[in-house]
Amino acid sequence: MAYLATGDWRLSTSFMNQTNDFAFKIATANGTGSASANGLIMQAIFRMGIPVTGKNVFPSNIQGLPTWYEIRVSERGYTARTPHFDLMVALNPATYGRDVAEVRSGGWLLYDSTWPLDQRLLRPDITYLGIPLAELCNARFSGMRERILMKNIAYAGALAALLNMDPDVIRALLKEKYGRKPALVDSNQQAVEIGYGYAKEHFDCPLPVHLSPRDLTRDAILIDGNTAAGLGCLYAGATVGAWYPITPATSLMEAFKGFCQKYRREPETNRNRFAILQAEDEIAAIGMVIGASWAGARAFTPTAGPGISLMNEFIGLAYYAEVPAVIFDVQRTGPSTGMPTRTQQCDLMMCAYASHGDTRHICIYPGDPREAFEFAAAAFDLAERFQTPVFVLTDLDIGMNDWMVPKLTWDDRYTPDRGKVLTAEELDEVKSFARYIDADGDGIAPRTLPGVHPAGAYFTRGSGHNRFGAYTEDAEEYVEVIDRIDRKIQRAARAVPQPIVRSVGARVGLVTVGGCHAACTEALDRLAADGIALDYMRIRGFPFGDDVAAFLERHDVNFIVEQNRDGQLRNLLQLETGVAVEKLESIRYYGGFPISAHHVIAGVKRRLEKAA
Amino acid sequence: MSYIPKPSVHHPALQKNAIGLNRRDYEGSLTTLCAGCGHDSITAAIIQAFWELSIPPHRVAKLSGIGCSSKTPAYFLREAHGFNGVHGRMPALVTGANAANRDIIYIGVSGDGDSLSIGLGHLCHAIRRNVNVLYVLENNGVYGLTKGQFSASADPGSLSKKGEANTMEAIDGCLLALSLGATFVARGFSGDKAQLVPIIKAGLSHSGFAFIDVISPCVTFNDHEGSTKSYAYTREKNVEVVQADFVLPTKAITTAYEPGTVQTVTLHDGSAVRLRKVADQYDPTDRDRAYAYIRERQKEGEVVTGLLYLSPDSSDLHEQNDTVATPLTQLTHEQLCPGSAELEKLQARFR
Repeated sequence: MAYLATGDWRLSTSFMNQTNDFAFKIATANGTGSASANGLIMQAIFRMGIPVTGKNVFPSNIQGLPTWYEIRVSERGYTARTPHFDLMVALNPATYGRDVAEVRSGGWLLYDSTWPLDQRLLRPDITYLGIPLAELCNARFSGMRERILMKNIAYAGALAALLNMDPDVIRALLKEKYGRKPALVDSNQQAVEIGYGYAKEHFDCPLPVHLSPRDLTRDAILIDGNTAAGLGCLYAGATVGAWYPITPATSLMEAFKGFCQKYRREPETNRNRFAILQAEDEIAAIGMVIGASWAGARAFTPTAGPGISLMNEFIGLAYYAEVPAVIFDVQRTGPSTGMPTRTQQCDLMMCAYASHGDTRHICIYPGDPREAFEFAAAAFDLAERFQTPVFVLTDLDIGMNDWMVPKLTWDDRYTPDRGKVLTAEELDEVKSFARYIDADGDGIAPRTLPGVHPAGAYFTRGSGHNRFGAYTEDAEEYVEVIDRIDRKIQRAARAVPQPIVRSVGARVGLVTVGGCHAACTEALDRLAADGIALDYMRIRGFPFGDDVAAFLERHDVNFIVEQNRDGQLRNLLQLETGVAVEKLESIRYYGGFPISAHHVIAGVKRRLEKAA
Repeated sequence: MSYIPKPSVHHPALQKNAIGLNRRDYEGSLTTLCAGCGHDSITAAIIQAFWELSIPPHRVAKLSGIGCSSKTPAYFLREAHGFNGVHGRMPALVTGANAANRDIIYIGVSGDGDSLSIGLGHLCHAIRRNVNVLYVLENNGVYGLTKGQFSASADPGSLSKKGEANTMEAIDGCLLALSLGATFVARGFSGDKAQLVPIIKAGLSHSGFAFIDVISPCVTFNDHEGSTKSYAYTREKNVEVVQADFVLPTKAITTAYEPGTVQTVTLHDGSAVRLRKVADQYDPTDRDRAYAYIRERQKEGEVVTGLLYLSPDSSDLHEQNDTVATPLTQLTHEQLCPGSAELEKLQARFR
């Protein structure tokens, strides 16, 4: 595949141990039920106390197209994608060719030997493990559906034997999952035994790459960022969610809905303490969020790049009329429809300056699902405090893949920051309320909510207005308001999550954003092992604070690592900090798979060698 | 819009409503629309309706899009929050606001460009959701602010001020609403306040989306010969089907109208609307018949006005969503956040 050619990935092989440090990949066809088997394998490894992450490489399709699941086991806790595989479970003849090619030299390939393998697929440097999965399942199970489904569980059983998975853990998991349907527990158990028994009997188990129990996952969970963000919205007290279905953001609202159905029922009546509005399009979705926020609710919308494109008009209204809104952008590849099921960080520029006219928006960038949870909650505080749209930018990799992260925690002392909202009692004291007067000098003028008090009424508008909220076409009145909003947003630089900085006193810095964190931290370790020490900064909020500019200034060169073609983070840094462009070296990967450590290492080495 | 303040001192003898407010208390700032604009007459009818119903102005939220009609919320209910959003997308704003706080009385004011062109999709889906809002479409068949282009409600063959004929079919807001399952559909004429005020009052008492299409001639760009939205044309072609006589449950005011065939429909807030059939066999609770009747009269070049359809059972957005009675905006953080112990517990499923 093309991305293999962009970096020297082979150098990473030597870095790998055989025990608890390897990767394998499962190739199947979409819609055959392999997801539950893959989940089972992940969870079993996790329950053995070994750090593990999974990347679902799936097509924009419901049934039939090829799909892959990549599992990386890393005792050291590395979670980035690794593009070389010790073991391939090749169950989709349509992709045999490329699947065989992706196995590292010396690795293994498991395939369904019910049918003979095309001789052209044979490589002398890998070992073939043939198991007649279809034949075995057809003999044991009746019914087309069960035969297909159980084939998946059978390969999970074979992997258990080959990789030294604990069969008791798998049995326990199956019981938890299908406990209410004993027949299913039984057939799943049989399928596990089919694969397990066959592998034990025919191959040297375990393989040199295998698992060994540890105690490294006790305080961790396996969670995807969309679920975590949905949970964050629940905990922040969001009551209105409006959305239009879009990959890869859909599961965020589905998660929120699931949590609400459990935790947001009025005890006496069982009625809903939430409203989820599936809008006619993303334009309406953001309009509903703005309407709900204007009325005083915490409201949000999850979407992806195409949705933000549509929302631009309304985002400008919320910015200028100063109405809170929380927008999740689970980024996917663009432009246009792009590759909906592949990841990218390609909306950094669009979100920072969304809508026509002079605008600038608060953006926060979680680096993993745990931060997706925390930043989701923080986003509502920021939006209400600064009375403005706030973007939470994740991506498909964070949003839809299962990451191992420390358990989520919540501080019960948390009280929502609702910003400056005048109460009926406060309005009783006010002689005449005017919406946009900056009495405190912090750029934030108190707002009022509909229905509270006759003195609180004002006309919210996206047309030119003065500090009293009245329509204006007067130059000075217009400039006064638009300049104050600019000051307000700039002040948010101190309130957004601050960058994570790791300094070793190096002259060269590595700077990144969002989910690149996993690849960057792994790359830093490996570069350090090669004698290349780098300082590190992960940016977590926009507008950038002084710390960001200071980091860039104090390094001779800063490598800016990101997942888009145009170097959007580098451009933003250059625009917003004024740091000399010579100090900013770009490392980009934008093929749609999550970035790997080798991309970062190769990028750093190539440029350092050129400089030397 | 103008900021010339209206005199705040009113004549002490002005009649007061049940909550002690006079009509002037329901006004807004001075209109900046053209003299004689139909929209200003609608504003006056809205003021009259709210005053008669003794609704506290600050319990109302008035929302609009962009265009001449959308300016009008500034001209009534100065003590109500207003939201002048983006072109055509007021239905989305009012849907969100209503979801957040169901205790506010919402009025949306829009025009034919706003509702039937740029925002057509949003209007359709707000109708489908049956958002509890009084939706007034001030319909003049023309783009006034951009100086005279045809709108989607311009009738085929009608002439623009420059003499060009419209070649496309018109979108009829009432037929559209009926076909989408609207639970309250009415048509008024800006020049007929006696008919319009009871319709607005009935719409305000309706639990759900109350759609009122008001023919409102544009005196500047669409009141000439050849226009089908002019004062002269509408007066001549107006066919009144159902005279709505709005009655609060406590106080029936039936004497103002001629006795005749009367049908009483109880609205969701307990008040009643008495419908006087002026056309033979017209049944305002029969959706199909209403649709057919409007079409029949249209073929004769007639504009049917009155309360055209009222659903006997309307289930609004909150009933569909099964939302709690307390507005979502008034729930406490403790009612919304499950807390740290529950977070610890629920994470068992992620292991």
